[in-house]
Parts: sequence; C-alpha cells; structure tokens
Amino acid sequence: MSAVFWKELADHLGSKRFVIFFFLILIVGGASAYLAAQALFGQESAGEFIYLRLFTVSGGGLPSFLGFLAFFGPLIGVVLGFDAINSEFNRGTVSRVLSQPIYRDWWINGKFLAGLTALAIAVASIILIIVGLGLYILGFPPDGAEISRAAMFFVISVIYLGFWLSLGILFSIVFRQTATSALASIALWLFFTLFLYMLAGLIADQVAPIKPGVSADVFAKHESIRDLVLRFSPVALYEEATTAILIPSYRGLGIAALLQEASIPTSPLPLGQSLLIVWPQLVGLVALTSVCFAISYVIFMRREIRST
Amino acid sequence: MSPVVEAKGLKKYYDGVKAVDGLDLEIGEGEIYGLLGPNGAGKTTTILILLGLTEPTAGEVRVLGHNPAREPLKVKRLTGYLPENLGFYDDLSARENLLYTAYLNRIPEKEAKRRVAEVLEVVGLKDVADRKVGAFSRGMKQRLGIADVLLKEPKFVILDEPTSGIDPEGARQILDMIVRLRDERGMTILLSSHLLHQVQRICDRVGIIHRGKLVAQGTMGELGAVVEEGEHLFVVRTSRVDENLLESLKGLEGVTAVEAEGDLVKVRATADVRSQIARAVLAAGVELVELKGHTYTLEEIYLRYFQE
Repeated sequence: MSAVFWKELADHLGSKRFVIFFFLILIVGGASAYLAAQALFGQESAGEFIYLRLFTVSGGGLPSFLGFLAFFGPLIGVVLGFDAINSEFNRGTVSRVLSQPIYRDWWINGKFLAGLTALAIAVASIILIIVGLGLYILGFPPDGAEISRAAMFFVISVIYLGFWLSLGILFSIVFRQTATSALASIALWLFFTLFLYMLAGLIADQVAPIKPGVSADVFAKHESIRDLVLRFSPVALYEEATTAILIPSYRGLGIAALLQEASIPTSPLPLGQSLLIVWPQLVGLVALTSVCFAISYVIFMRREIRST
Repeated sequence: MSPVVEAKGLKKYYDGVKAVDGLDLEIGEGEIYGLLGPNGAGKTTTILILLGLTEPTAGEVRVLGHNPAREPLKVKRLTGYLPENLGFYDDLSARENLLYTAYLNRIPEKEAKRRVAEVLEVVGLKDVADRKVGAFSRGMKQRLGIADVLLKEPKFVILDEPTSGIDPEGARQILDMIVRLRDERGMTILLSSHLLHQVQRICDRVGIIHRGKLVAQGTMGELGAVVEEGEHLFVVRTSRVDENLLESLKGLEGVTAVEAEGDLVKVRATADVRSQIARAVLAAGVELVELKGHTYTLEEIYLRYFQE
C-alpha cells in the first residue's frame, strides 16, 4: 500500500491544481489574518488568546480565516478526490495496476490516505504561516493553551476537508466522466455552503413563524429547528466545532446559550470543556467522512474492472 | 507436469448476458496459445477470470496451481498481463511508470532500478526512458507495456490484442519479442487476438472462442484436418482453361465442384483424386503446369467455423 500512497502523494503535491488552490487559500486566508492582526493590534486590551483570534476575527471587510476555510476548504478536498478513480479508468491504467499483486482495497485506501496527507500538509502549513505572521506583527509567542487549541483546530479542519475528499472519491467512482463528478461535487458544495442555510431559514419560518409579539418559546423553537436542519451540513458542523475550539469563552450554541450568557461570567473554558460542548459535532463530522468513504469502498470493491 | 492454465466449465454472466458460457481451457507449460474469436466472444472476460479480476459465475479455474478467485495475489505475482486498452500515467516518464509497477510488486529499490533498466533495454526503449509517456507513439507504449509485463519476471504472460493498432513493422517486432520470451525465458504465453495471420505465425496451439464457448482447439494442422474432413481442395494450373477441360474434370468420380479462376481451376472432391485430375487434364490436350493439394490458412478455418 505504501507504493500507492507515495505515488499518489507525490502526484498531489506536484499537481497544478493542488498548488493553485493551496496558494488561493494561503493568500486569501493570510490576508484576512493579516487584517485581523492589524485590527487587534490597534486595540488597547486585545485580551487573552490573541493568536486564536487571528483565525476568527474579521477585519477590513474580509471574512475571518475560519470563514474562508469553511467555504473554500471543501474545494481543495474535492479537487484532490474528484478524478481519483474514473481518471484511472479513462486512462486505462486500472487493469494494469490491479493485475499487479496488490489487493484492490490497498489502492483506494492508499489514494484516500495520500489525499488526506496532502490536505494535512496544506492546512498545517497555512496555520503555521499565519501564526508566524502573528508572531511578526504582535511580537510575542503564543502560550500553551493557544497552541493546543490551534492543534485541535488543525485536526478538526483535516477531518472536515477529509469529508470533502471522500465525497470527491465517491463521485469519482459513481460517475465515469471526470467532468460529471467535478460538477456533482461542486453542486453539493454549493448546496451545503449556501442553499442549506436558506433552506434552514425557510423551514424554520414555516414551522415556527416569528411574528411581532411572539413568545420566547416560539423564538427558541424557530432557532432550534434552524439548527437541526443546518446540522445535516458538514459546513455548519465544522463552523460550530471550530468556533467552540477557537473562542474559549464560547459556551454553547443556539438561543438558550445566548440567553444564559447574560447571567454567566464569560471567562474562558479549559480545552476539555470546549471539546465537550462540540463533541456531537465532532462525532458527526467523523461519521460523515467515514460513511462517505465506506460507500466508496463498497462500490469500488464490487465494480467490474472491464475498461471497455 | 501440471498445466499452467486449467479451466473447466467456466461461466460468467453479466446481468443475464452470457459472456462466457461453459468454457474449457488447458494450456501447457512453455506453450504459445492463441485465443481467437470475434469481438465480444468472451476473450477478455476469460482473461479477467484467469487473473482473478472478476469472479466466474460457475466453473473451476487453476492458474499455476492456484485458484485466482481465492488467491489472487499468488496468481498475480506469477502472471504478467498486457491489457487491450493499455494505459500509462502520461505525466510520468517511462522509467517512473515502470518503477511504480516494480514497487507495487514489492521489488526492493535497488533491484527495481536494475530490472527497469534491463527491461527497457530488452524492448528497445533505453534511449527514451526518461521521456514522458504522454509523448510516446502507440507502438512505443505497447513495447513499454511488454517491459511492464517482464518486470516482475512472470512464469505466465497474458497478452490481450498485443498488436492491434500497430504498424506491420512494429507488429513484427512485438511478435518476435513474444517468441523470444518463450524460447529464452521459458514463459508460457496466452495471446488473444483477431489478427489471424499473426496468430498463425507464432502460436503452437489455437483455440477458437465463439459466444463464450470454445468451439475448436488444437494445432494448426489439427484444426485444418477437422475442416478438411470429408472434403479435399485441389488447385490446378494449366496452360489453357476451356469448357472441355472443366466438363471432363466435373465428370471425374468423387468431384463435387469445379471452379475456374483465370488460369487456375479449383477442384473440390470427397477423396484424393490428384492422379485422376492429372490424367483428365492431359487427356483434354492441355499442358499441366501445377497441381497441388490446398493447405488451409487459419483465416479459412476461422471463417468456416463462423459460417456454421
């Protein structure tokens, strides 16, 4: 399996599309972090966890780095996966590779792991560059809590991008044409990043319409229905999970937490407690990724090899 | 000595379509066996079953003593396969493509480099070893495919349409190479093709496959004898062909048909009537230039089978 892994990893890291998307995210993410740093630098009391705020604060009209990664990150994942299998069929390399003494699942596992590693390398280098930028602008090093939270942020981001990678691989198996699988992946990306948010609002409006003078119960119901629909989306799961990790004082999601906030001091939570808040979201992300890959695996193992 | 390939009652149905329907096949060691048949007769399916790339619906197969469906790795380690629609990674060089195959076969790096250099020399691609495969001609790719097969030093080689789409000179080189593999390295070779004269030139035994069944099998002589059974064809060349001569030939005992083609006369008969023909020709006052019994070419044999 290592032969497949190293070949695919070398292919990814050397491929033009990976380089293009890497620099796209690096430039946009770097710019937003730079503007955030500028905004924070001006403040008298920037407060604790200033390095984490580089990722979450938006400045100068640009969304935060977190927002960018949640929105554009999927594209890197999809780009690494969408032609993983069907391009091999189209090139006619399938029967040649599979007639070598390897098990069929080594091939797809090796491809998935190589894609995941390429994503991890990309995310790690972008996070490190931003932290370096912060070090340059702010002039003092991050502390231990910030580093451990940044590391957690890295892990969650890789799982999130891994979901999009496995989605791309799934489509590359289902669709024979690379163009079809690319378009299908992009359609799903648009659905999750844009339309589901609108849809969630619409459904919530239908079930619990908010009119002037409605009780707090209806308002809470509206919010919880909206959240329920949104949690079908890996994008929303990722945003919730990383928000809790990167904003240590974050206590919960939805209207209930908002109402409580007035009565609870907003002191930061330890990392373990933050993780506890978003544990369901994390499990959901891991499950989505695994299910997606498992479906690809099963279809691929049953697929007939005939290339013609 | 046990045969290299042993298949009994092989069946493979795709959604009710009978691709292979009760095929028996036996190939002995050191043999070049030609598998003939029209497109869609089940040649490629049979090959995929032999390699364990697809499971037979029914029947028993042994390749080099192993069951390909149960022990695919053992079979694939000893068997080289040149697929019909051969594909390489276009953005890698010839050497890199072969090294990938070598690593998939778990050949250690040093040994792999030595073998790659050696097989590139054998197929005459040493000078273009570091050029990208995307720039290769069809014939060069085919030769690279043979290098790819030789790399793992197989005992048994399956070549699916090795000369299709290749110019005559390139095809001749490839055929010579195939014969050398048998003579110098003692490999057993299964060759699938519908280019009859090529099969005729190099194969020891031939099997004709039609609608998933092996309809005839044997050496060229044996196949010819089967067709010839009960019917002989003689070609007579005379100084002059006239009605008189044709009439007297038709009158001979055992002659079933007489056709004139220019100065040639084809005589079909139920027995060997060469002496009678000679006498009849001389009696008609015509010089006898040539009289020979006809040997069947593979093309004629093949066509006979598909006329029935």
